[in-house]
Amino acid sequence: MKSNQKILAYPYVVWLVIFIVVPLILVLYFSLSFRDGGLTLENYRRFMTPIYGKVLYRSLKLAFISTVFCLILGYPMAMIIARADISKRNLMVLLFVLPMWMNFLLRTYAWMTLLGKNGVINNVLGYFNLPTLNLLYNNGAVILGMIYNFIPFMVLPIYSVLAKMDKTLIEAAKDLGANEITVFRKVTFPLSLPGVITGITMVFMPAVSTFVIPKLLGGGQFMLIGNLVEQQFTYVYDWNFGSAISIIMMIFILIAMAITTKYEDPAEESGGLW
Amino acid sequence: MSQNIIDLKNITKIFDDETLVLDNINLYIRKNEFLTLLGPSGCGKTTTLRIIGGFEYPTEGDVFFEGKRINDLPPYKRQINTVFQKYALFPHMNIFENIAFGLRIKKMPEKEIKIKVEEMLQLVGLQNFAKRSVESLSGGQQQRVAIARALVNEPEVLLLDEPLGALDLKLRKGMQIELKKIQQEVGITFVYVTHDQEEALTMSDTIAVMNEGKIQQIGTPEDIYNEPKTAFIADFIGESNIVKGIMIRDYLVEFANRTFECVDKDFGENTEVEVVVRPEDIEITSAETGMLKGEVITSTFKGVHYEMIVKENGRHWMIHSTDMAPVGSYIGMNIGPDLIHIMEKGA
Ligand SMILES: Nc1ncnc2c1ncn2[C@@H]1O[C@H](COP(=O)(O)OP(=O)(O)OP(=O)(O)O)[C@@H](O)[C@H]1O
Ligand SMILES: [Mg+2]
Repeated sequence: MKSNQKILAYPYVVWLVIFIVVPLILVLYFSLSFRDGGLTLENYRRFMTPIYGKVLYRSLKLAFISTVFCLILGYPMAMIIARADISKRNLMVLLFVLPMWMNFLLRTYAWMTLLGKNGVINNVLGYFNLPTLNLLYNNGAVILGMIYNFIPFMVLPIYSVLAKMDKTLIEAAKDLGANEITVFRKVTFPLSLPGVITGITMVFMPAVSTFVIPKLLGGGQFMLIGNLVEQQFTYVYDWNFGSAISIIMMIFILIAMAITTKYEDPAEESGGLW
Repeated sequence: MSQNIIDLKNITKIFDDETLVLDNINLYIRKNEFLTLLGPSGCGKTTTLRIIGGFEYPTEGDVFFEGKRINDLPPYKRQINTVFQKYALFPHMNIFENIAFGLRIKKMPEKEIKIKVEEMLQLVGLQNFAKRSVESLSGGQQQRVAIARALVNEPEVLLLDEPLGALDLKLRKGMQIELKKIQQEVGITFVYVTHDQEEALTMSDTIAVMNEGKIQQIGTPEDIYNEPKTAFIADFIGESNIVKGIMIRDYLVEFANRTFECVDKDFGENTEVEVVVRPEDIEITSAETGMLKGEVITSTFKGVHYEMIVKENGRHWMIHSTDMAPVGSYIGMNIGPDLIHIMEKGA
């Protein structure tokens, strides 16, 4: 029985090695070597300059802001879906997932035509003789793009936790004197934390590393770390430096994940957190 | 009017516009009364409790609390607490925090909370469990935490939905006595739901027997036993043999003109009691060796067992057994000490 199960796991192990472990080792190797071979920390040292630090800081800041907005907007959406009748629920989830089936680039271009100088919004404003706005090519547009593209990754895990939640727990809390707000604060939200943490991770990771959104909606006027990596690989052909930046980015994502998962299981140390 | 703490007036509940679950329920619950809703599964007991607790809105009819209509009052504003059928303990809090939940909402000082919660833990026999997580407890222990969590708030009315269902017999007996004691000492009105007629009989002041969304009879346990109003009640309640007896001293009871060992105590000496023996708890033996002797007057095959009526000194005993004794034969009947149930007379 046991050995059978082990054999069944082999294809997965092979898959893991080929597609995850090997590339990771390659990236690590590149990051630690000169272009023409020989080990070095030079690539990392190069990153430790104020210019690159600023890029990293800006990336983390924008990803953080987007994640917070995704949470603030996504949580109520997840709640609305989870509270709908079962018949309506599937339709609502489908509506959420449907845009994700469309090409990522296409969706982002769509925002450009909406926000552009001669875009839909400014046309409407112009029609009412209102001053046109600079909506594109700024931080706001990038954050908007990130929220739009990544919010399903926040809504779906929270929704699935909320939908599975035992409704009698909410009734029990009300029975003991908790009004709607207290119920949310003391029962619903703490119990949905696993979903929230999955959501945060799944939004924060692509938001830190995206290069398409800042390029299109930010107009490439300022760089995010994803653009930097892309640039090193596709224009500068400095794979070694590009790999080093990737590794640094990965470390920051891991740190962010470690911080969030630290709060994952309040059941263990009850009363401490909530 | 105002000595009733809860009045249900013409309550009807229809789910999804088609399922009639409660059909014109009228029920008056007096202050400090121990009222039991007794009835088969699916008859609407939980739904009735949920309407009193505010978790369901009656399709028709009104709910009154101390004379005031409370149909539109949300659960958290009602001075009512519930012990839920499925415990509904908060999995993200330890046992202490679960019990303290209601007190925390009332903003009781931390010191007082600690004292009260520990009192409650003591009461339900879980002194050393304060720091334990919910999932590390057995079903019976969780059930006792659920009772403690509701009781600690000292509500005017406590709703209990089969609160002892997960406990073994011994623990259940103990908790029955404990709950009854609390109810009398603290003076809380109990609305208690159970399947178990024996539990209903030993604990209640009043029993409301329900069937198919209707209340069939409301009365004291004796009323319900001795004068069942409907065939349904006679059938539902009458499954036990009930005879008068005298508790001679602890663990010794006299009935049917002889003494029996039993497991009950604390009734005093030479006290009149009612003795309940379930039909399936009577063992058939030969006429010579039986504790009681009698003649089999009917014998019916019921699928899994035989149902026999045995006449003994003018008393009729119902026996359920997989062994069949033919009609007209004389048999002996043995009853084990733990199968003899003693009830206070007029409980
Ligand atoms: N939300 C609901 N929607 C539809 N039908 C319901 C709902 N809640 C209960 N019912 C139905 O109402 C009837 C009575 O249910 P209820 O839970 O009150 O029974 P009960 O007497 O408590 O039974 P048990 O002893 O098994 O707990 C059942 O037939 C049940 O299927
Ligand atoms: Mg029920």
